[in-house]
Amino acid sequence: MTPAGPTFATRDLEFRYPGQARPAIDGLTMQVDPGSVFALLGPNGSGKSTLLKLLLGALTPTAGEANYLNLPVNRWPRREYARHVGVVPQLEQITFPLTVRQMVAMGRYPHMGAWRAEGANDRQAIDRALERCEIVELAERPLGTLSGGERQRARVARALAQEPDTLVLDEPTAALDIHHEMAMFELLTQLARDDGKTVVIATHNLNLAARYATRVLLLDQGRLSAAGTPVEVVDADIIGRVYRWPVAIVEHPGPGADTGSPQVVPLARAGGGAGSGGSGGSGGRPTGSQ
Amino acid sequence: MTISTAVRWLVLSLLLAMTLVASVFVGAADLSPGEVVSALLGRGDETTRTIVLNLRVPRAALAALVGACLALSGAVFQALLRNPLAEPYILGISGGAAVGAVTVIVLGLGVQFPWLLPVAAFAGAIVAMGVVLRIALGAGGALDTRVLLLAGVVVGAFFNAIILLLLNFADANTFRAAVFWMMGNLSGATWRSVSLLAAYLVPASLVLMALARPFNLIAVGEDTALYLGTRVGTVKLVAYLMTSLLVAASVAVSGVIGFVGLIVPHALRLVWGSDHRMLLPASMMAGASFLMLTDTVARTIAAPAELPTGVVTALAGVPVFVVLLMRSTK
Repeated sequence: MTPAGPTFATRDLEFRYPGQARPAIDGLTMQVDPGSVFALLGPNGSGKSTLLKLLLGALTPTAGEANYLNLPVNRWPRREYARHVGVVPQLEQITFPLTVRQMVAMGRYPHMGAWRAEGANDRQAIDRALERCEIVELAERPLGTLSGGERQRARVARALAQEPDTLVLDEPTAALDIHHEMAMFELLTQLARDDGKTVVIATHNLNLAARYATRVLLLDQGRLSAAGTPVEVVDADIIGRVYRWPVAIVEHPGPGADTGSPQVVPLARAGGGAGSGGSGGSGGRPTGSQ
Repeated sequence: MTISTAVRWLVLSLLLAMTLVASVFVGAADLSPGEVVSALLGRGDETTRTIVLNLRVPRAALAALVGACLALSGAVFQALLRNPLAEPYILGISGGAAVGAVTVIVLGLGVQFPWLLPVAAFAGAIVAMGVVLRIALGAGGALDTRVLLLAGVVVGAFFNAIILLLLNFADANTFRAAVFWMMGNLSGATWRSVSLLAAYLVPASLVLMALARPFNLIAVGEDTALYLGTRVGTVKLVAYLMTSLLVAASVAVSGVIGFVGLIVPHALRLVWGSDHRMLLPASMMAGASFLMLTDTVARTIAAPAELPTGVVTALAGVPVFVVLLMRSTK
């Protein structure tokens, strides 16, 4: 089932938006191994979304290559690619009313095409996806009546209805509260661990990435800044330099499987935050600067 | 097919049949139902037969076809642009088609080369669509309802100015005909115009209905549609070409009739949801009924004078537009 070789791989990948002097992705070589939970990190504008679009074929590289299963992404027939890769994009605005079930059923398009009617297989895949995301009881609700967390689950369910080997999510927890954010990360790691899916997540949440990802990649101005395990990448010097803000790294206190994973604590620059009273200037030393 | 789906199709079919009967039986000439029926059967006196078979029936048929074209293009534009207010008239596309057609009329080429009018209208529609989309994308993205509408309105105003400029060079008769036609009018209906429009509508509507599922996906988002396996660029290109063709053909035979593509799909979405596999054929049926009805009103409400059909649809459409706009910008 698991294909040989990397899920995604890029070599000297470059992408320049028209009219921009600096490439958004600048000579990036990286790979995502099958079965991993791969977190893509980086400051605003570092190229996370651009890299995802290149990996997904929404953009065409201006130089270098981006492959999925050793074949350039742009050479994949779109429907076949969509049977392998399920995507939860960042921006989606629901203009016309849709129920959760209708939305999730769209995930069957790569299997059904423009004409074939929904069969038993399709209905099973939809039901399984609804169950996996724990939204069975919401199936007939209009999307507009859902909370942000529920809507996000519906979009993950749509991607699961594609029955993909690989899931790609662009900031899936950007607008979610702690409860829904935790639930989303736990769901995604379960999908990797129990269902053998490769999961790629672009996120701003360094701490959840450090706890749940098996590999992380840190982008800085379109270039690879660091890649490896969370312990290797989530380092005070590296994070401080890339985000240009002093941080300390502490170990997650547990309990749980992720006890001891590195957690980023941004420091107050001017000595002591508003709530810390007279704790002094010791926290203000910029760790990442030289 | 569930029972409620069957009932809805039945209601639409009845509506279509009733409006067709109404528009053939009701008119400025005072004909009894019996006279109309015997004329339809090829009996009765010459004048009645002419009124029924060469005026009322082709006019009803033309209203039905134009209504179907406009409602179908409206529904498709709304999906492609993810904007419930998108409509050929509001987007300035009807205006572009009108410039093409008026140019041919003013140059006096319409009589000599009858095929030139729809071709020029098509060229005008394509140019208008390109300009509006370019402006909207350049000024902040087609997703922004207000920018897109503003671009459409501004381009529409520009085309109106061009038409008025062209009409300065027209003689009085051409001028009157062109103005009347710009307000949207079905009085020129002939069997020739009916068959011309049918020749466009049948293939274009089949192509568009075949793309109904991709439209469902694009209505959620273009990236989403791509990631679900749609060839978004190809679908959009084909859809824009087909809708331009439909709008241009409608404008060529009936002038500029606005708001049909706004009112009809909106009403259907309220009762039937937004699955384009249903919405597109239903829009064609309801659009046909709607325009036959409005045209019957336009022909009879001030008889013997006749109102331009486009005036009636605008009077009905503007309030709907305002309500939709207020809802969409909330």
